[in-house]
Amino acid sequence: MTKVPTPADGYKKLKEGGMVDPGTSKFFHTGTWRTFRPVWDEKKCIHCQICTAYCPDDCILTKGKDPKTVKRTETDMRYCKGCGICKEVCPVKCIEMKPESEFND
Amino acid sequence: MIRKVMTGAAAAANAMKQINPEVVPVYPITPQTPIAMTFAQFVADGEVDSEMIRVESEHSAMSATVGASAAGVRAMTATSSAGLALMWEIVGVASGCRLPIVMNVVNRALSSPINIHCDHSDSMGCRDHSWIQIYSESGQEVYDFNLIALKVAEKVKLPAMVMQDGFITSHGSGIVELLDKKIAKQFIGEYTPEHYLLDVDNPITIGPLALADFTFEIKRQQEEAMKLAKKEFLKACKEYKKISGKNYGFFEEYELKDADVAIVVLNSTAGIVKEVVDSMREKGKKVGLLKLNLYRPFPYAEVAEALSHLKSVAVMDRSYSYGADAPLVGEIKNSLFDVPKRPKVQSIVFGIGGRNIYEEQIEEVFENLLNKKIGDVIHLGCRE
Repeated sequence: MTKVPTPADGYKKLKEGGMVDPGTSKFFHTGTWRTFRPVWDEKKCIHCQICTAYCPDDCILTKGKDPKTVKRTETDMRYCKGCGICKEVCPVKCIEMKPESEFND
Repeated sequence: MIRKVMTGAAAAANAMKQINPEVVPVYPITPQTPIAMTFAQFVADGEVDSEMIRVESEHSAMSATVGASAAGVRAMTATSSAGLALMWEIVGVASGCRLPIVMNVVNRALSSPINIHCDHSDSMGCRDHSWIQIYSESGQEVYDFNLIALKVAEKVKLPAMVMQDGFITSHGSGIVELLDKKIAKQFIGEYTPEHYLLDVDNPITIGPLALADFTFEIKRQQEEAMKLAKKEFLKACKEYKKISGKNYGFFEEYELKDADVAIVVLNSTAGIVKEVVDSMREKGKKVGLLKLNLYRPFPYAEVAEALSHLKSVAVMDRSYSYGADAPLVGEIKNSLFDVPKRPKVQSIVFGIGGRNIYEEQIEEVFENLLNKKIGDVIHLGCRE
C-alpha cells in the first residue's frame, strides 16, 4: 500500500533520501496550479483520443474500453495544470483555453 | 596475500578490481588519470566485469555513477581537483539520495593559479557535503581504505571518498599487500540494496522534490547516518584486522602515548613526520604523531582523549580555510574545547600547491613546541 509522507512525520519515519512509494501523485492536486482552463465542446468532438494520449498528466477521462467506440469525457480538473497541449493537438478545435478568472468554482 | 610494488593509483585500481563494481564512469584528470588508466586495462583484459563509461566531464562522471548506484548496483569513480569541483552539484546528490558510492580522490590544488600538484583544497572544499572522508598515508592504506570505505558506505547508505596525495602517493611506488581475491570478496560481501530503481516489483521514486516541509528531516537523516558511520567504521576496521592483520582506527598514534608534544597531520606527510619522530626520539626528545584517517565523521572525543596529555600540539593543514582556522586545526581545537588542561595548539599551513616539506622543517616544528614557542599561524615553507 502506498504510504504518503505527511508533514507530521518525524525524520525516523521517512524513507532515506526522501524516497517515496509509487502512486503518491494521486494525493497531490496539481490542478490548483492552473491559470488557463481547457473548455471542451462535446458537440464538436470526434473522440479521436489524440488529446487523451497527449495529456501529460493523464487527466482526460474516458468511457469504454473498445478503441473503436471509446469516448472522451470531462477533464479531471483536480490534476489538470492547464498546459494547453490538448487544445494544440485537437484536429477539430473543440477545446478552448479560458482564464481561470472567468470561473467562480 | 600478494605483495607487490605499485603506485598509490595502482593500489586504488587494484582495490576497485577486487570490488568489481558493475559501473565505473570516469573522466581523466591529473593526477587521478593512472587510476582510470590502470582500471581501463583491467576492463580491456577482461579481469573485471565492470562497464566503464567514458563520459565527457566529471559532472557527467558523477551523474552516471549516481544513476548506476540508484539503479541498484555498485558504482565507483575517481577524480582530482578541478574534476571534483566540476562534480560539485552531483556530489551532494549522491549523499542526498543516500547512495553508497566509493570515490578515490587524488588530492591536488584547486585553480587558480592552475597547479597540478598536491594540496588538500579539493577534498577539504567538500567536507560538508555529507560524504565519509578517509585520508591515506600510503598506497597500502589506499587499498585497505577502499575496501573498508565500501563496507561502511553500504552499511550506512552514505557515499565515501578515499584520499591520497597527488603524485607523492599516486605516482610514488611502494610495497602494497593485496588480500587474496576470495577473502576480499568475502569481506565486502554481496551488495543487496533495500530500495533501487530497477526493482520493478517495488517501484520507488529516488531524489524527489522536497521543500521546506521535508528537506530538514531528510538532511537530519544524513546527520544521523554520519554518526552511525563512526561506529561502523570501527567495526569494519576490526573485521578487516581479522583478515589482514592490519590495525586501523580513526587515527594512528605514533609514539604518542608518552609524548610531551605532537604533530597532527593527514595523508603522506605522516611518513616524513614518523622519520623525524624516530630520529628525535633517539636523542631522547618526547615527540609523537597523530595521523588522522577518518576526517568525516570527525572523531572528536577520541582525538581529545589521545591528545589531552600533551603540553602542545602542532596541527599541520595542507589547505586554507580563508579567513578562518584551516580545516584540520579547527576540528582539533573543537575536540580539545572540553579538555580541562588542554594542550596549546600551533596552527601550521604547509605544502600548498605541492610545495615540498623537509625533515628539517618538521624538526623545527617539534623544537618550537618543546621550547614553548607557540604563536600565530605559521605558513611553513612560504617565502616571506
